Amino acid sequence: MDAVIDIALLAFLGITALAILRLRNLFAVVMLSGIYSLLCALLYTTLDAVDVAFTEAAVGAGISTVLLLAALSLVGHEERKPVRRPVLPLFVVLVTGGMLVYGTSDMPPFGQPDNPAHLHVAPRYVEESGHEVGPPNIVTSVLASYRGYDTMGETTVIFTAVVGVLLLLHRGKGTRRPGSPKRAPDTGADESEAARGDDEAHG
Amino acid sequence: MDDRVVLRVGAKILIPFILLFALYVQFHGDYGPGGGFQAGVIFAAAFILYALVYGLENAQRVLPTWVTHTCSAVGVMIYAGTGVVALLKGGAFLDYGALLHDAHHAQHWGIFSVEFGVLVTVFGVMVSIFYAFAGRGRVES
Repeated sequence: MDAVIDIALLAFLGITALAILRLRNLFAVVMLSGIYSLLCALLYTTLDAVDVAFTEAAVGAGISTVLLLAALSLVGHEERKPVRRPVLPLFVVLVTGGMLVYGTSDMPPFGQPDNPAHLHVAPRYVEESGHEVGPPNIVTSVLASYRGYDTMGETTVIFTAVVGVLLLLHRGKGTRRPGSPKRAPDTGADESEAARGDDEAHG
Repeated sequence: MDDRVVLRVGAKILIPFILLFALYVQFHGDYGPGGGFQAGVIFAAAFILYALVYGLENAQRVLPTWVTHTCSAVGVMIYAGTGVVALLKGGAFLDYGALLHDAHHAQHWGIFSVEFGVLVTVFGVMVSIFYAFAGRGRVES
């Protein structure tokens, strides 16, 4: 039964990925990428990684979709046709994909109890976290207590991401709005329009 | 905007439950799947839904931009501050055991504190990024 579910989900993943590649309507592409994330979340659930599935559903399918839609409202809904045939990118993708598939042949068999992942620190977490840390959800113990440094780093990474986005996109009090008479030449589009306005004024 | 009554009323009904679910995910993270990160995203989703349905201006009247920016930084400070408090109490950085006398209680409060920091940062960051995208290139009319 598990195999049937896995095959069905992976088939849907493949179909969705191909549809994303073929479509030129970016609105549909964004929606399909949300569906892709939901399918990934389902796959994580079948692998019993509920916390990861939860994050994938919330971030990948939820917030990312909304952010991509917000980006679409800035750039338009149609993707331009590529001018050249993408032979070199296709070659790179095929070689990389081939290497990755080749690499999986060296991986330990799935779900074996003596795999390296299950031998290093995992037994300690499974056996001791109950009375060392307390919460019944071992994932929470690992993330917040055993690996507290890592999670602090992740939080800092998220904070750094917003700093970057705000530096690029945010219009604070000091910058002019698009409707104002004098344009601040801070973006490409504004700059070209401002230049055109100057030309008209001079001519 | 005015003719989409179903959407407006539907969103209004949904938003309190989304906020409540975010809090559930936050505080139930010890027992089930979830935690600060997921809760922050869901909490942000409620405000983003409000902004999508009722417009960016109204959303920013409820939750001004400076609040989301401050949240993004304050969450990291709460997280790191928990570590500093542990240091001051004589333990190692982020060693929750030093926070209180009872080890289990200390772990519980330490985890609660850092998860709250993660919630605040993720919430602030998600709404900030959405504001930054949605507020750009739109001519005020």
